[in-house]
Amino acid sequence: MKHWKLVAAAALLAACSSEGSNATSDSANPGSSAGSNATLTGAGATFPYPIYSKWFSDYATETGVKINYQSIGSGGGIRQVQEQTVDFGATDAPMTNEEMAKAKGGAVLHFPTVLGADVITYNLPGLTSRLRLTGPVLADIFLGRVTKWNAPAIAALNPGVNLPNTDILVVHRSDGSGTTYIFTSYLTAVSPAWRAGPGAGKEVAWPVGLGGKGNEGVAGQVKQTPGSIGYVELAYAKQNGLAYALMQNAAGQFVEPTLASITAAAGAIADTLTDNSDYRVSIINPNGASAYPISSMTWLLVYENQTDAAKGRALVDFLRWAYEKGQPAASALDYAPLPDKMRAKLVTRLSSIKLPAGA
Amino acid sequence: MTGGSSALDAGAAGGLSEVPPGPPPESRLANALAASHVGDRAYTVVTTAFAAFVPLLLILIGVAIIVAAWPAISTFGLGFITSSEWDVRAGKFGAAPALFGTIVSSIIALALATPFALGSAIFLSEFAPNWLKQPVGFLVDLLAAIPSVVYGLWGIFVLVPLLREHVMPFFRDTLHLGSTPFFSGPAYGPSMLAAGVLLAVMVLPYISAVSREVLRAVPRAQREAALALGATKWEMIRDAVIPAAKSGIVGGIILGLGRALGETMAVTMVIGNRPEISASLLAPGYSMASLIANEFSEATNDMHVAALMAVGALLFLITIVVNAIARWLVWSVSMKGEK
Repeated sequence: MKHWKLVAAAALLAACSSEGSNATSDSANPGSSAGSNATLTGAGATFPYPIYSKWFSDYATETGVKINYQSIGSGGGIRQVQEQTVDFGATDAPMTNEEMAKAKGGAVLHFPTVLGADVITYNLPGLTSRLRLTGPVLADIFLGRVTKWNAPAIAALNPGVNLPNTDILVVHRSDGSGTTYIFTSYLTAVSPAWRAGPGAGKEVAWPVGLGGKGNEGVAGQVKQTPGSIGYVELAYAKQNGLAYALMQNAAGQFVEPTLASITAAAGAIADTLTDNSDYRVSIINPNGASAYPISSMTWLLVYENQTDAAKGRALVDFLRWAYEKGQPAASALDYAPLPDKMRAKLVTRLSSIKLPAGA
Repeated sequence: MTGGSSALDAGAAGGLSEVPPGPPPESRLANALAASHVGDRAYTVVTTAFAAFVPLLLILIGVAIIVAAWPAISTFGLGFITSSEWDVRAGKFGAAPALFGTIVSSIIALALATPFALGSAIFLSEFAPNWLKQPVGFLVDLLAAIPSVVYGLWGIFVLVPLLREHVMPFFRDTLHLGSTPFFSGPAYGPSMLAAGVLLAVMVLPYISAVSREVLRAVPRAQREAALALGATKWEMIRDAVIPAAKSGIVGGIILGLGRALGETMAVTMVIGNRPEISASLLAPGYSMASLIANEFSEATNDMHVAALMAVGALLFLITIVVNAIARWLVWSVSMKGEK
């Protein structure tokens, strides 16, 4: 008798579980077979997340194509693209050849989407004019070679400015980030000592200073501590009303970081790009007279050989939409748009994404 | 357990065999017995499976971490714990500053939190009038419910400026401790001291709650005996209550230590994230949990990931050892209580 009950209970359990699995497989089917209304999944960089989420929501309203994006960081985005767990990735630092070789789905294409820049923020109470800096002096500050605000190297760049005789406190990012990658790439480009020392990377061995987590960690520390200097993204600095320095560019001009001067930095290298460029290019310290030197592109990572026709098609359509219609939204969120010339080339380049037969 | 259930089994089976087929009214009791017996069995099986699942999970996590960390462990060996150089680009990974920072900040936290936690526990179990015990105990426990990121924000905006403007200059200049290595150097704010103080607030409710329960568990007769021998209230607490509760209190402190060792978010926000070993409490430092939190999301290089996993394995090991000690101490005090 008790065995009957046990058997009945077991049967009931089995029924429940098989019902459960049926239900999930049923619900999974329509999604994958619906075709045109493919849902895309992406992961990666946090820096462009505000503009991406704006784009994805606008695009979903316009076309019904849903794109889910997880801002888990560029490194995570690269790892997930390598493992093919997402339909596309996003990164602030281009993948290295070594990283590209580990991608399971073959060749990965880089498509730049918008531009960003690092600004040098500082806390000098009583300073009335904008601080001016050059790359080599900035590198010396972050190397711990220039340690006082009234050091001759800084004073020479800021004639007539009353700089205090106080210690410089360097604040950098403690977490690995594309922001750090852009900043250290710039220091590497302008300072042989930096190149020989810490070099460029998403996290480096900092010679001096305190580490703050995230833009907010660096900005918070700089805001609180008189005499401190740090770097944050332009969008973050603008939205939080931080003071930031004018930087001397390769043409010798002191340039304020603005959307126009950042786009100018990309414009300066756009002409040099060939038609078969892989767009893993740096726009650090370019030659243009109005170019802001610490600028960078941010990229979407897409497999050249798409395995799912519907998803591949949706991805290409979205990128075209982003290049043709998405750029005004970028400016509104303090991301610099790509130069027109570059966007035209990139739209043409979308044809290099190969869809499987039967698309 | 097994013996008991098999005896019950035999009894129930004997009862069942005498019941004729069909449902006469007198078989109701036997039915109920049989039903409860099936329930007992199922209950035993299910709970055993769940109970086995938990340690299995722990083992699986440990194995997964060690496997992932193996490339770093085998490459760097003991140098991983003794080297101070953490340079991702150069492929050099030494976790000594993070290990140092985790241990020192936790010790500072315990040194600051224990007197407050013990004081509040003794007050609540021995002195507080009944109407005060509940609300104050509740407020102390509530400290444990605050999310650590909130502690971190409080650390950045309240604690760190307070330390930088007032506490650090007081120690360094007013008390002239700046010449000792422990308070030398510039006071930026984010520092080992800030991390220790913040952790002290965070572990205080754990130590306080455990101590309170342990003190309450000391038999009433022991207190009455001390008082009957002419002890004052203070002497009674010092000589009769605290010695009996001692190992339990130590267990509470070590539980707090376990919490302090693993704390990530709040520490990352105030410790300064500088991988350097400095004797000065005013200098920034690093912790193992912060290191992982800072670098994991952007780690793409295999050895970098393995090194972070190795830091995780080290932290896991330390936390397990600390918790095991705490369990043992609490167990030993409860055994004494039963005797």
